[in-house]
Amino acid sequence: MELNFFRYKNIFIFLSSFFFIISIISIVFKGFNFGVDFKGGTLIEIKSEQSIKIENLRISLNKNKYENFSIKEFGSDSNFVIYFDIKENKPSLAQDLKNNLEKDIKEKITIRRVENVGPKISEELIKAGFLSLILCILAIYFYLWLRFEWQFSLGGIIALLHDIIITSGFFSLFSLQFDVSIVAALLTILGYSINDTVVIYDRIRENLKRDSKSDLQLLINESLNNTLSRTIKTSLTTLFVVIVIFFFGGEVLRGFAFAVSFGIIVGTYSSIFIASPILIYFKVKRDWTKKIDTTP
Amino acid sequence: MLNFSRLKINTIIVALIFFSYIFLGNFNFFKKTNLFFDKNINLGLDLQGGSYLLLEIDIQPLKLKKLDDKAIEIRKILREENISYKNFNIEKDGISFEINDIKNKEQTIKLLESNKNRSDFFDKITGSTQNEKKEIILKIQNRNFNITFSEEFEKKIKKDAMSQSLEIVRKRIDQLGTKEPNIQQKGDIRIIVELPGLSDPSTFKNILGKTAQLSFKFLKLSSDSLSSEKIKSKIDGSILDVEKKLILSGENLIDAQPGYDQQNKQPIVSFKLDRVGANKFANATKDNVGRPLAIILDNEVISAPVIREPILTGSGQISGNFTTEEANQLAVLLRSGALPAPMKIVEERTVGPDLGEDSIRYGIISFVIGFLLVFIYMIYSYKIFGLFANIALFFNVVILLSLLSLLGATLTLPGIAGVILTVGMAIDANIIIYEKIKDEFKLEKNVIIAFDNAFKKSYLTIIDSNLTTLFAGIILFFLGSGPVKGFAVTLCLGIITSFFTAFTISRLIVSKFVLAKKNEITSLKWN
Repeated sequence: MELNFFRYKNIFIFLSSFFFIISIISIVFKGFNFGVDFKGGTLIEIKSEQSIKIENLRISLNKNKYENFSIKEFGSDSNFVIYFDIKENKPSLAQDLKNNLEKDIKEKITIRRVENVGPKISEELIKAGFLSLILCILAIYFYLWLRFEWQFSLGGIIALLHDIIITSGFFSLFSLQFDVSIVAALLTILGYSINDTVVIYDRIRENLKRDSKSDLQLLINESLNNTLSRTIKTSLTTLFVVIVIFFFGGEVLRGFAFAVSFGIIVGTYSSIFIASPILIYFKVKRDWTKKIDTTP
Repeated sequence: MLNFSRLKINTIIVALIFFSYIFLGNFNFFKKTNLFFDKNINLGLDLQGGSYLLLEIDIQPLKLKKLDDKAIEIRKILREENISYKNFNIEKDGISFEINDIKNKEQTIKLLESNKNRSDFFDKITGSTQNEKKEIILKIQNRNFNITFSEEFEKKIKKDAMSQSLEIVRKRIDQLGTKEPNIQQKGDIRIIVELPGLSDPSTFKNILGKTAQLSFKFLKLSSDSLSSEKIKSKIDGSILDVEKKLILSGENLIDAQPGYDQQNKQPIVSFKLDRVGANKFANATKDNVGRPLAIILDNEVISAPVIREPILTGSGQISGNFTTEEANQLAVLLRSGALPAPMKIVEERTVGPDLGEDSIRYGIISFVIGFLLVFIYMIYSYKIFGLFANIALFFNVVILLSLLSLLGATLTLPGIAGVILTVGMAIDANIIIYEKIKDEFKLEKNVIIAFDNAFKKSYLTIIDSNLTTLFAGIILFFLGSGPVKGFAVTLCLGIITSFFTAFTISRLIVSKFVLAKKNEITSLKWN
C-alpha cells in the first residue's frame, strides 16, 4: 500500500504555519509561566498524612502574614507546593512555615523540597537554557550540512524550529510551568525529531542516487513510504516510555514527560509532513553521479 | 556481517559477564555475599535527599576595604612630603584627589609610582615587569589624580578571598559535622556545598551566611571626643554609640566553646585569645575598669558587658541572651574564623529523604512498565526477532547502569528519566535494522545475503540518527545545571551503549539464529 503524503500538502503547510505563528505570538506577547528556576524565588513542597483543604493553608498563610505567595496542589490533596516571591535565602523560612502550618492546621507536615533561586542565578539559567538550544540547533545544522547537502540541512532545521516553537508555544498558551526540565525536554525533542528526519533523508538520498530521472515528489513520497513503518514504530516505543513516565514517574517529572510526549508527536509529524515535502522547494541536487557520497 | 570470529564472540561474552557483574554489585542482596565489586551508583541529592547550596562571595566590601587601606597609605605619604591636596574621595572604583600646587605633580607621581610598585616577593622571583604586575593604575589630568586597582590586583583579591573562604567554609562544615559533604569552587566567586542526607539545612544555612567578623570595642563615653559609629544592639534593638577604635578582633581568637554561665545557667560562649590578643586585651581592660565593652559580630552588638576587673588571662566569655543553639553556632563561627568578604546563598535545592525515596520508587515502576510495553510491542512486531532485540535491550540497560557505577557518575531523577527514555529510543537501532531486513527481503531471496545487507546498510543510518541526539546530550551536559546534567549523562551513555548492543548482542543472536535456520526462514511474518 502506497500512501500519498503530498495530497494534503497545502493543508498541512497551512496548519503548521498557523500553529507556528500562534505560538510565536503567544511566546512574544503572553510569555511563559516560568518556574522557580527562571523567575527566582522560593518554592516549598509540603506533604501531610491526611488530606488538607487548600483554603485552610491559604488562611493559615495569610494569618501568619506571608505575602506574595501562591499555593498549588501537587499530585494529590495532601501534597502542595507553595511559591514565595522571596529571592534571598532565608535560613529558617521552611522550618517556620512548617511550625506555623502545623499549629494552625493541626496536622503533621513534612517539608519535602525547598528550592531557592536568586535573581542572578535565574537570569543565568535562562541564558544557559537559551544558549543550549541555539547551540544544539547550530550543531545539528552543520552536521546535516556535512552529511547531506545544504537543502537537507535547511529542511531539517525548519522542521526542528517548527517542533520546538510549537511545543514552547503550547506551554506559553496554556500557561504550563516552564523550567529547566522543559529546556532539557526541548533539547531531547531536537535530538529526537532530527533523528526521524535523518532516517528519512537517508532514504531519500539513497533513492535519489538510484534514480535521477523520476519526479522528485514521487521519489520523496516513495522514501516516506519506505521508512513509514520504522518512523511509526520508533515513535511508538519512545512514546510508550514517555507516557509511562508521565503517569508513573511522579509529579516532578510530569512537565518534562508531557513536553517530550508532545514534542515526539509534533516531531514525527514534522519529519513526515514538513521536513521532507519542503525539499521540493529547495531544488535538491538530482545528478549524484559525480560524487557518490559525502561521507568522509 | 553475519559472521563473527570466535575471538569476537568470546570478547562479547566476556564483556557481558563483566558488565553484569558490576551491575549486580549494586544490589544489596548480592553485596551481602561479598563476592561483588563494591562500586555503587552514586545517587544524586534529589534521590537520596539532601541539600545543595550555592554560595556567592560579595567582593565589593573587600575591595572597598582595600581601597580604604590604600587611601590611608596615600594620605600618609602626601602628608609626610608636605604636599597639600583637596577633594580626597574614595569612590566605588577608586580614589581621587586634587593637588593644590601643580609644581608638586611630578613629585607626587613619583611617590605614588614607587608606592604602588612595592611588588611582592612573588613578582620579584618571576621577574615580571612592572607594567604587568602593577597594583594600581594612575590617571592624571592637570592636578587631578585618579587611582584605581589594576585588573591583576583585583583578580588577586578575588583569588585570595576565594581560597580563604573555601577553607573557612570547609572548617565550618567540619565543625558542624555531617556525612560526606562535598565542597568545591565554581567559577571565581562561587562555592558549591552539597550536604547529602540532610533534611533540615537551616543550621548550615545560618552558619554559612555569616561573615563572622568579631570585634571588641568600647562603648563611647559622653565626654569622649574620639570618633564613633552607631551600631544596633542585637539584645534589645537599641542603637549604641561605639568607638571606632578597635581593641581586638576575631583574628586573635584561638578557641571558642559553648557552655553555661555558672551563676545563672544561661548559655554562653567562652573564648581563649592568643598571646598578642591576650596582651592587647589586658592593657585595654586594665585602664578601663567599669566601662562597658561592645562585642560586635557582623555589625551587630551581641553583648555589652561592663569590665569589672582587668582580664589578664586572655580568656573570657560572651553572654548575650543566647539560646543553646545560638551559643553553639557562635562558637562554631568563632572557631572557624571570619570570612574575608560577605557571602550569600544564591541558590538552594533541598530534597527531603521521603521525596527522594518516592522518586526512586516512581522511577523503578516507570522503568519496569516502560520496559514491558516496549518488550511486548517488539515481540508483537517482530516475533522471535523482537525477543532478540529485547535481550539486547536488557543488556543495554545492564551496561548503561554498570557504566554509571564504573564512571562514578551520579544518578539523578532526570537521570532515571534518561534511562527510561533510552529504553524507548535504544530499541530504534533494532527497528531500523529489522525494517531494512524487510526491505532487503523483498529484493533478495537468499536469507543470509538479505540479513547481511540489512546490517551493512543500516550501520550508517543508525550512527547518523543517533549522533544528533548525542549532540543535544553533550550540550545539555555542559550547559545544564544540577540534576538535569544527570539526564544528559544517561542519555549520552544510553545512545552509545544502544549502538554497541545493537551491533554486538542482537547482531550475534540474529546471525546465529539465521545461520542455523536459513532453510526454514522463507518469509517474515512481521507486523
